[in-house]
Amino acid sequence: MSTKFTDKDLQIIIGNVLRYGVWLALTVALIGGFILLLSSSEQTIDFQNFTIKDNNLFEVFNAIIAGVKQGNGEAIIFLGIIFLFLTPALRLVLSLISFFLEKDRLYVFITLIVIGIIVLSVSFGFSH
Amino acid sequence: MPIIEEQIFISLVVLILNNYFYGSFQKTKVKMTLLTFTLILFLGAFLAGFIGSLSGLGGGIIIIPLLSVFLGVDMHYAIGTALVAVIATSSGSASAYVREGITNMRLGMFLEIATTAGAVIGALISTNAPTSALAIIFGATLIFSSVNSLRKKEDYLIKPENSSILTHKLKLASTYPTPSGEMVHYGMTNIVGGFSMMGLAGMMSGLLGIGSGAFKVIAMDTIMKVPFKVSTTTSNFMMGVTAIASSVIYIQKGYIEPSICMPVIIGVLIGAMVGAKVLVKANTKKLKVFFALLIFVLAINMIYNGIVGKI
Repeated sequence: MSTKFTDKDLQIIIGNVLRYGVWLALTVALIGGFILLLSSSEQTIDFQNFTIKDNNLFEVFNAIIAGVKQGNGEAIIFLGIIFLFLTPALRLVLSLISFFLEKDRLYVFITLIVIGIIVLSVSFGFSH
Repeated sequence: MPIIEEQIFISLVVLILNNYFYGSFQKTKVKMTLLTFTLILFLGAFLAGFIGSLSGLGGGIIIIPLLSVFLGVDMHYAIGTALVAVIATSSGSASAYVREGITNMRLGMFLEIATTAGAVIGALISTNAPTSALAIIFGATLIFSSVNSLRKKEDYLIKPENSSILTHKLKLASTYPTPSGEMVHYGMTNIVGGFSMMGLAGMMSGLLGIGSGAFKVIAMDTIMKVPFKVSTTTSNFMMGVTAIASSVIYIQKGYIEPSICMPVIIGVLIGAMVGAKVLVKANTKKLKVFFALLIFVLAINMIYNGIVGKI
């Protein structure tokens, strides 16, 4: 690799992040699915009525981590889904770093706006 | 009729018939075990990914009627699940295009300002909207997308030197490789118009949990006159980041139900992969018309259910 960071390097890194991110997420979700089915495949389900929740993101994360430690199938699936969500988020951070290395200040700024909107949406989701 | 088309046709007829019987079952609240539910969902998601990839509409948009009309799952869970499916399929296919250098990452990043802002607004509306209203809006979007998938699209190529001033200021002119290895230089126009349309695309994505590829393609192809190859891959590339803006809100409101999502993401991904293989062999023109009609029927069904309040 040359000393100067180029768009081509970024393309290869981001391509790999997206691919391995999806595989990791799927594997974790599949493991969680097996555990869930082994423990409660005969349980009846009912998703006909939606109950709106008002948990903030950190409460949800804590519940997932606690569940994973106990080997709870649903929590492990949820962990896989979180990995899936983190894949494009990591892509954003990588773009930010590469625009920074290319000294492209305009696009560092644009990327920061996008990240800012996503961070804001965390607080919009909080219970009011 | 080739065997593949025949098989698809038969399975769809079964699904449609099933729908009508199921519709009458819904009121009596069928109880299903988790195992049955998981298996049905896996097969359904496989079919959704398959049809989504053949019709070019994407898997997410077909997951929603599957869950809400056929399985009686509440629209909010259906929307959350579809969003997870959208992230899985878009990240999976985007990885290949990014590495080949077809995706315009600057264009994607710039337009993501519009789509993420739109998605946040859409998700906030979604959490406050009644389920029946969501069903009606979804049906209308489905009709629009299926009609749009049949429309003949014009492929534009604007030379970089003929691009608008804003294109140069934002450094959006770029190149993409053809299969023979040549580099095509292209530019674009009407950035403001495309940006606004992307805001709408993001809003629909946040509202309904879909990738809203149809709106994105209109923004890039028709308004900004980006070459077709670049617009489809860049649209795909943007879906993941747009989706996390609304998914953050969905997670906090309880839209994401792990036991529904698990079979769906796996089924959709496998279905999309098989669909991409079949796409090369099958007569796409006929298939596209057929699926557009099928999706039209589904859409009418959802609007009807929304109006009578059965969803």
